[in-house]
Amino acid sequence: MGDEFDYQRVMDILGSREQFTQGDVACAYGALLGGCTFFAGYPITPATEIAESLARLMPRIGGVCAQMEDEIASISAVIGAAWTGRRAMTATSGPGFSLMQENIGYACMTETPCVIIDVQRSGPSTGQPTEPAQGDMMQARWGTHGDHALIALAPASVQECVDLTRLAFDLAEQYRTPVLVMTDGEVGHMREKIALPTAEQVTLRERRRPTMPSDQFVPFRAVQGRVPEMADFGTGYHTYVTGLTHDERGLPATDDAAVHTQLVARLCGKIEDAVAELTRVEIDNDEGATVGLVSYGISSRSAAGAVKLLRLQGVPVSHLRLVTVLPFPEQAVREFAAPLERIVVPELNLGQICHTVREAVEGTAVVEKVARIGGEIIQPAAIVRAVQEGGQPVRSG
Amino acid sequence: MSDRMQKEIKICGFGGQGIILAGVILGEAAVKAGYWAVQTQSYGPEARGGAARSEVIIASEPIDFPRVTVADVTVALSQPAYDRYVKDAATTDGVVVIERDLVEAPGSLAQPFVKTAESVGNKIVTNIVMLGYLNGYLDLITPELLEAAVLANVPAGTEDLNRQAVRAGRQLFTGGEGEQ
Amino acid sequence: MFNKAEKIREKYIREEMWPSIFCTGCGIGNVLSYTMRALDELKLDIDRCVFCSGIGCSSRLPGYIEADGLHTTHGRAIAFATGVKLAAPDLNVVVFTGDGDLAGIGGNHFIHAARRNADLTVICVNNFNYGMTGGQVSPTTPVAAVATTAPYGNLEEPFDLCRLAIGAGAPYVARWTVGYPYETIEAIKNALAKPGFAFVELLMPCPTGYGKENEQREPAVAWQWYKENTITRGDLGRLDPEQRAANRKIVVGTLWDVQKPEYTARWAEFVQSL
Repeated sequence: MGDEFDYQRVMDILGSREQFTQGDVACAYGALLGGCTFFAGYPITPATEIAESLARLMPRIGGVCAQMEDEIASISAVIGAAWTGRRAMTATSGPGFSLMQENIGYACMTETPCVIIDVQRSGPSTGQPTEPAQGDMMQARWGTHGDHALIALAPASVQECVDLTRLAFDLAEQYRTPVLVMTDGEVGHMREKIALPTAEQVTLRERRRPTMPSDQFVPFRAVQGRVPEMADFGTGYHTYVTGLTHDERGLPATDDAAVHTQLVARLCGKIEDAVAELTRVEIDNDEGATVGLVSYGISSRSAAGAVKLLRLQGVPVSHLRLVTVLPFPEQAVREFAAPLERIVVPELNLGQICHTVREAVEGTAVVEKVARIGGEIIQPAAIVRAVQEGGQPVRSG
Repeated sequence: MSDRMQKEIKICGFGGQGIILAGVILGEAAVKAGYWAVQTQSYGPEARGGAARSEVIIASEPIDFPRVTVADVTVALSQPAYDRYVKDAATTDGVVVIERDLVEAPGSLAQPFVKTAESVGNKIVTNIVMLGYLNGYLDLITPELLEAAVLANVPAGTEDLNRQAVRAGRQLFTGGEGEQ
Repeated sequence: MFNKAEKIREKYIREEMWPSIFCTGCGIGNVLSYTMRALDELKLDIDRCVFCSGIGCSSRLPGYIEADGLHTTHGRAIAFATGVKLAAPDLNVVVFTGDGDLAGIGGNHFIHAARRNADLTVICVNNFNYGMTGGQVSPTTPVAAVATTAPYGNLEEPFDLCRLAIGAGAPYVARWTVGYPYETIEAIKNALAKPGFAFVELLMPCPTGYGKENEQREPAVAWQWYKENTITRGDLGRLDPEQRAANRKIVVGTLWDVQKPEYTARWAEFVQSL
């Protein structure tokens, strides 16, 4: 059902390959080019334009777009749709992301491929609805209860909103997991030039479906690797999907410590052990640099600006941009940190990923932060100052 | 590095004056002209009223930091927006262009955008008149490309009005330097 | 009847899940059997059915059916089911839910699904309390009834789930108690056949939870209570106006049955029209 992807049909609706458009709209484009045929969402600033774009575009490619009664219903509908074989997505911002957390955990536990875009805004609570932030990064990691792992990507440009949203669908299918696209109000509302991929560049990674007779199929047994094949509802495989601890047959086994331990270990391991192949970072090393920046999302553009200014002044500085934030590219960060004495992490929060960076480098370099909240993105000059005069300390919270 | 061109533009006014649309059109025209461009915006939670700001950076190379650091040109179409986004802003430098009948700001380039819009038929196209003027000042994008971007972004049926508006704006620029 | 039941069990029940977790005197097992009978009589292809549920005793039902099942989070079954139905309109989507799951935590999804009118069959097991967690007060607990979280008696007014469904726009609404097997099977058949949001409320005892607190611990006593405290719509109609006005019994029967445009059909038509 969901995988019958027709590039030309999508492009006929999206129009010219080169456009000047918003990050949110680009997320919608990326979704359609990622084979998404089901969207359910609820209006929220600054993510609404994703829903509005898909409300306009989705029916024209024969897909489904639903405005649900709230964000909980949206993620629920997305998971339901995914089990019928469709590539499904929702999009929200902080308050809605909070509401979705329980069912993100359900998607992890039931290994349901789906994509969630969080256009981060300034919180906590209703906060500053129209202002960008990166305050949901730890919620992305630990927002749902219990041990789990998932994938999170952080676009820094409108072009990346297309590319990473598209990629998110393939990763969701490949690993049978929710994939978070952690954008923000700045990238979401910013307009830039985009180039949509060509037909050759768009090859969807198909969901692995069982081909064996249904009486031999064990729905949660990973035959190859650690990701089981997934049978679409309605195809006679009779899959029972539950958020309860379940055995390989999918049947509840809530009082069996071994089953639970094995299940959760596999669910976490299939993502965490794939960190090398999931790692996407951009490294701009400067020979002789003793200070480096580690950044992600919109703040990486502030960091890139700072790098330019510092080098103009003859100050060597290196820069690593995280494109994949989860699973955290620990090895890449550690290698980047090896020649460095100090690492500065700019973030639109009071300090979240800086802690993960500090944990990754384990004392080989001092980790400092440029933490900014309030709505304005970080000025490159603020990062320049931190590099030259020292950033804010990162303390265990 | 030395031949890198980068122009930073700030446009501000009331929500509802088409401030953000003006920035969008300018950015789109710049991209059509072969430049890199990024357009950002700031606005309050309400759809109308309040102060709105649109920023555009046009460059010959990819743009990292997407916000205006030091504005080459600032346009203010309302007093509150001028007071909030221009008067005390660290990012204000270069030339400041204001709407003559709505903003008092000594030392700025005052232009009759509203009057000109009224003379072509409707003050609703004040933002488009301003764009025609601004584009003349920037001298990066041909009038034809700007006009095409304007027409691609306005409601059907208003093309003639907007075409006249963008041309009248250009006329304002070529016809004089404004009243200091 | 017995042979028929054996056949139904063999045909539709996931044997590995037996025996069930349900308490003696609970009616949820009956709901399973009635639903399977209804499906069988309508000759629905079990491969094309999806059974969704939330959390609670009745929400365990999909696990006992040898079919696709989606046992979801508390209160959200209807929202998940909506996703399944919108994504695959050809599937028959059935929701099993309880009074707490449906009308407490999931109340908003309930009314919006009734309003949207996608073709779902929602079967609500109403036993007046949160049974799985041990007998707490629920949105349908009668006034003055005792619950572990209303130890001095419930002070809140309960929902009438059927009136709620009708008010929200559901085109088919029926209520029975599990003491009416044939009528219940007929109601579920009607609900399955109804294109649109069809709601069947089934009243039944919970001897372990609600029953324990409210002198209905003995299954026989509890089942008797349901017999004595309900009246069919037909019988109510035969009462004279004064008696009818004085009726305090719970009315059972087909309470609402109208034609309305079904949502997924409407969507398909709209997509075709583009």
